[in-house]
Parts: sequence; structure tokens; C-alpha cells
Amino acid sequence: MEAALKNFKKFTPKSLPKVEPLAQGHRACQGCGEVLALRMALKAMGTNLIVASATGCMEIITSPYPQTAWNVPWIHVAFENAAAVASGVEAARKALMRKGRIPKQRTTILAVAGDGGTADIGLQALSGALERGHDFVYLCLDNEAYMNTGVQRSSSTPYGAMTTTSPPGKLSIGQNTWKKNMPAIAAAHAIPYVATASPAYYTDLMNKAKKAAMIKGPAYLHVYSPCPTGWRLAPELAVEISRLAVQTKVFPLYEVIDGRYVMSRKIKKPKPVEQYLKLQGRFRHLDKKTIQVIQDRVDREYETLVQKAAMSETEDELTE
Amino acid sequence: MPKRVGIEVSLAASEAACVADTDVVAAYPITPQTHIVEHLAELVADGKLDAEFVPVESEHSAMSVCVGSSAAGARTFTATSAQGLALMHEILFIAPALRTPIVMAVTNRALSGPISIWNDHSDIMAERDVGWIQTFAENGQEVFDLIIHAFRVAEDPQVMLPIMVNLDGFTLSHVIEPIEMLSASEVRKYLKPYKPRIVLDPKNPVTMGPVGMPEVYTEAKQQIEAALTDSKKVVVKAWEEFAKLYGRRYKPVETYRTKGAKIVLMTMGSVSETAMTAVDKMRDEGVPVGLLRFRLWRPFPLEEFKRAVKGVKVLAVMDRAISYGSRQGGPVFTEVRSALYGTPKAPQIFGFVAGLGGRDITVGTYEEMVDKAMRYAKKKKGPTYELIGVRER
Amino acid sequence: MAKVDAITGWRNLELGITITEPGNSRQLRTGDWRSQRPVTDRDKCIKCGMCWIYCPDIVYSPLRSGYFNWDENYCKGCGICAHECPKDAITMVMEED
Repeated sequence: MEAALKNFKKFTPKSLPKVEPLAQGHRACQGCGEVLALRMALKAMGTNLIVASATGCMEIITSPYPQTAWNVPWIHVAFENAAAVASGVEAARKALMRKGRIPKQRTTILAVAGDGGTADIGLQALSGALERGHDFVYLCLDNEAYMNTGVQRSSSTPYGAMTTTSPPGKLSIGQNTWKKNMPAIAAAHAIPYVATASPAYYTDLMNKAKKAAMIKGPAYLHVYSPCPTGWRLAPELAVEISRLAVQTKVFPLYEVIDGRYVMSRKIKKPKPVEQYLKLQGRFRHLDKKTIQVIQDRVDREYETLVQKAAMSETEDELTE
Repeated sequence: MPKRVGIEVSLAASEAACVADTDVVAAYPITPQTHIVEHLAELVADGKLDAEFVPVESEHSAMSVCVGSSAAGARTFTATSAQGLALMHEILFIAPALRTPIVMAVTNRALSGPISIWNDHSDIMAERDVGWIQTFAENGQEVFDLIIHAFRVAEDPQVMLPIMVNLDGFTLSHVIEPIEMLSASEVRKYLKPYKPRIVLDPKNPVTMGPVGMPEVYTEAKQQIEAALTDSKKVVVKAWEEFAKLYGRRYKPVETYRTKGAKIVLMTMGSVSETAMTAVDKMRDEGVPVGLLRFRLWRPFPLEEFKRAVKGVKVLAVMDRAISYGSRQGGPVFTEVRSALYGTPKAPQIFGFVAGLGGRDITVGTYEEMVDKAMRYAKKKKGPTYELIGVRER
Repeated sequence: MAKVDAITGWRNLELGITITEPGNSRQLRTGDWRSQRPVTDRDKCIKCGMCWIYCPDIVYSPLRSGYFNWDENYCKGCGICAHECPKDAITMVMEED
């Protein structure tokens, strides 16, 4: 991992790539944070790329025949198998390069899926692909529900959120389970690179995407992808909410490099979670007590993460 | 001269994929397909087959890896059975839609439930309409030959469709037979390297699998329907060329002693060899019986079938699967009867469902079918279909 | 405007209805969706490029002058650029009917 990143040159606000692997004219909703996150990741990865897409918003908004928003090779097969399709593309190219049938050139193989396609229906295929060690990047664009089908809850929907299948009612506060920790599941496969990112922090996101593409073996990127439509959020606030998610510690930014946790951004003076929740209609029904429950959980999870990072640092010192 | 060796049929299937210079194998183990993938893994591990072996975590992923691999331009092989084939179901439709020429061996086995590892055709008959070319092998030699043939046909620019080669689980897959194994160099005369027309390549970006709005969905379906229907010409031509090169001749519909036959038995798969014995026995006893087998099941060999049954008075069709609630027994019967609808002087047709989940099919089973069909025909009255050997109490 | 691929008969479709012209979604003028448009005050603009990098619809493109060009053909009018502009140089104004 470290060897692969020896020549890593960071993007800075002044050195952002001009390339746009995704074209104009895609049909994402007004103010879509998911397509924004996708655009940033693709810019970082460039055009020496093959994309395998799961079914979902990004698939549907980019590919209604006869138009495509893809300037790079792209394949869609089904919902739950983006990681498996990417595995196949990778295996094919490996064999064909070895047999001298295609030029020997490393190409980034990228699987893209939403949170449903990753944490729910696609989890098995993803686990298989990570475990087998294919040289590919898996990009989970997490908009925290099944948006494409009309905002149904997924295992990535946060506690308290209103969705069409976790409606608040007399007997329910809305989603009554806690968000599945997908990056931890990916990291448990002991792959070389796992990272979380938010489109508000675009250089951070793009640097992580570039790293993920550079390292050999599986890399998992979990990217916060605000959905104004599904979250009942004003369309101009997609970036703002992405920033708040980080500043309130709701969505911490970190990397797991060869198993070592590294905080990308330490939040010393966190904003209250309430500030994050109140901008979104999906949380409008929450009372003070529930908001406090969420606040406590966010604090605790953040602390766990900070401890993991501290432990990784100590281990580094010990090995030095 | 190719050498003739005694080999387990499953291993011969793997050897066929090996001499065909397969690039990628993605498979998940399931009884009775296991020996095929195990041997492929061995061939790769020993460096005899230069391929990527992807040991996937499910059949769903096996087929998904195959689609990705084939779309990236690799010659791709897999094998499965029963529940595994059913788990692939969703992706089976997409492989032909993306025109990925995957070759898959299906060791036919009964579908749950109840769970059964033994042979029948309920797995493949549930996948009739997925858009794959489907052939059936009767013996080990055919398994080997049909796999080589499958690559040739699938990758033909006029076809570009995936193919399933069916072999009966255990009763064929696990027996040792003398098989003429073609070498890689011999196969190269017949099978050229795969040259995909559309491939995932950063130098020439394409969008595969776009959303098919109502304006194009019907046309997309018709493209596959036409390709599959027209593939029969290529299937037949490739068999003719196979015969020229290697001496073994295959046809979409095979007949045995049908000349002068008044009653004809219809079967598919390895049980046909028992059926031939039964026909010989009944012929010796003076029964004017013949045998007809489908080697090609998809596309349905309509013209060949109609020609083969011309002049036949009675057809006894054996199914190895039930179409629940169709009230016509099995899918082979349904299709055969439907194919003959409106044909002048069409034979009387009776359906027999037999050999489910490993139930033995003996010479006696065929005798019973022929005997019953003749009786029903004489009275012009009989059940549309029946389950042979089902115990009532 | 690029030639729109007419949806033709099945015989003319590419294998597997593969789309062989990359990025031809540019034919779709999603700017039609817009009810508001962003207007940049170049006197206030510091050429930081936030409008460019934060645009989900790839509407802004860098100019040699350092300013950013806005493409009315694709802007859906979400207002992220106006919200994120550090100098409040962009304002959203109603489209006239």
C-alpha cells in the first residue's frame, strides 16, 4: 500500500483535473449530491477506467437509451452484483494481458453502487470480491435509503429518519435501527484501503478516490451522498449538509490504510447534531429526547473511531 | 489421430474447456457439478490452462463474473446445477441481452423441494425462456464435443449468445467412459480466438446495458429472439464442420429406427441410450417403434422435428420435469404438441413424466410408455399425461 | 446540437442496444428544468472555482481568463453555486416565462 502511494501527488484546489468522465445532460434531480460525489470521484480517477454500475439512481439517470452520460466504458448488469461484474472485468483483463491479447496496461476497474446495492442486496457479492482480492475500487454512494424506488429504508438509513417504509407514526419514531457500519465491514476484510469521504471536502474526496485507484487490490470508498428529494432538503443545500455531517461528527472522514485507522479531519469543536437534523424534512418529526439519543450515539461512535486511530498511531510507534 | 481415453465425463467437460483455451472460469461448487470445477481449478493450478479461476461466493456472482468477463473480451466458461442454476436465473436473462457468449455446462439435477441431488430436468426446463442456446448430451463424447461446439457457435459474429450444454447429473456426469479427447492444437483448427465486436475498453468507450425505455425494449427483445432463432443455421453448420474435421456427426433432432415406425418415443439426454435398448427389444418383439431425441432444445428445431415425425401415428413424449398446473405434464410435451398444432395428419400425442429426482428409468419404463400410448391411441382416448411409477397409496 | 440518435427498427440497433457514442447525453437539454438561473457578478468573483467543482450538472467550465463560463443548456437551477460562493458573487434570479 505505502509503496504504491510513494509517488502519490495530492490534488489541491489549484490542481484539480479538468477531465469529466461523466458528461452533461444526465438526468439527476436538481441539486443531487450523489451525482456530484460521483463526478468528483470520476474526475480523480480519470479516463483509464472501466465502470460496472449497480442498478440505482446513478444508473438510471445516466443511461436511458439512446443517450449515455458516460465518457468511459460502462456496464450495467443488475442491482446486487456490481462487485461481481467488476471482478469479472478485472479477471478478464488480467488473463488477456497475461496471454498477450490486450496491451499490458493497468486500468482502474470501478464498481459503483448505492447504499442499498452495497449494504443490503449487494453485500454478499461485495464481500466475495473484497475477500478474493480483485484489483478494483468499490464506490458506495450512500444516500441512506432506496431513493430510486421512492425513498424506502435501507440498512444504511440513519436512526430516526422518515422514509416511505419507516414512516413515523403513533408507534414509531421512523427508522428504529442504527445505520449499518459499512466501512467497518469492508475494513474487516483486511483490504489495503478503506476510506470515507464527503463531497463538501472535495480535495479530500478526490485524493481518496485517486489513492483507491492507485493501490493494488481492493479499495472501498464510502461517500456521503445527499439526496435533496429523499431527505426533504432544499436543493441548494447538498454541499452544506455534506459539510455539516462532518462538522457534527455524524459522518466522520477517515481512512483505513492496511488496517490502520487515520482520521482525515479531527473535529475539535463539533456542532450540535440538531443543527444537522433540522435542515432535513426526514428528521422533522424528532423530539428533543430522540435527538439527544442520536447525539449520544454520534459522540460515542466518534470516540470509538478516534480511539481506533490513536491505537493505530501507537502501533506505528511501537513498530518504529 | 486423437487419443481415446477412459475418463470421468465431468473431467472431460473440464478438459474441453481447457483445450478451448478458456480465459476465465468463474464457478461455485454444487453437487453434481463439483468435479467439473474441481478439475478446472486443478488445470489452472498446474498451469495446463492459462486462465483466471474466480472462486465466487455464489452462483449469482458466478454468472455475474462471467458476464463482466465476457463483456471485457475473455472466453468465459462456467458450470452449475439445479439450485445454482435457479440462483443464476436473474442474470441468465441478462447474459444474452448483453450478447455475452458464455459457455456453461449444466449437470441436470432436480430442483428443491424436497431437496434432491439426483437427476432430472426440472432445473433446465425452468430456464427454457432465458435466451440461451441449449444443447443436450447423451454420452461423455458428446459432452466433450458439444462444449467445443458451444464456443464456436456462441462466439460466431452472427450469434453472440451464451450456450448451456446439458448433461445428466451423476448418471452421465459421474460415469467413466472412453472418450476421444481432442488436443488444443486439433481444436484450434475448429475454434479461432475470440474476437469480440463490442468490448469494455477505455480506448473505445461504450455503454453496455443502458436503460430500455418502452420505445426500445420491444426492439431489444426482438433482437435476441431473432438472433436465437437464426442461430440454428450456425449450430447446424458448426456441427457439419465438426463432422468434417473430427468425424463425429450431430444433428438438432436425432432419430433411431424411426424408419417405418408407427409409434415414436421422445426423450432428451443420457436416458436416450436406455431408450435405444428398449426400442431394439420392442422392435425384436414386432412393435413398430422408433426413437427421437432433441439434441438442440433452444432454438427449438421446429422444421427438423416436423420432418422427423412425418407419417408417425403416435408420439409418446417423455418429460423429466413437471409444469405444475399446466395440466399437460411437462414442458417438452407442451412444446411438441404445440409445434404440431394444425399439422395435417398430426400424430396422437401422449405425455409421460418419468425419472423425477433420480427415479430409475429402465427399459421397462419405456415399454410401459409405448404400451400405454398405443392402447390410448387405439381407443382414441387416454390421459393427456401421466406420472410413470407414481405410487397412489 | 449533436444529431439525436433516432430510435430505429430492431435491425439497426447495436448488439445488446449498446450505446457507442460516449457522452451523447449532451443531446439532452436539462436546462429546460430550470426555474431560476445563477448570475455571476464578475466584480465580486475571485475565480476560486467553487461554482465549478460543486456543480452536480457540470455546468461551469474554466475560461482562460480565470473566470468560469456557465452553460444554460444544462443548468437545472439548483442554486448550489450561489450557496457555496464564498464571495456571494452568484445570485439566483427567476427565469422569465
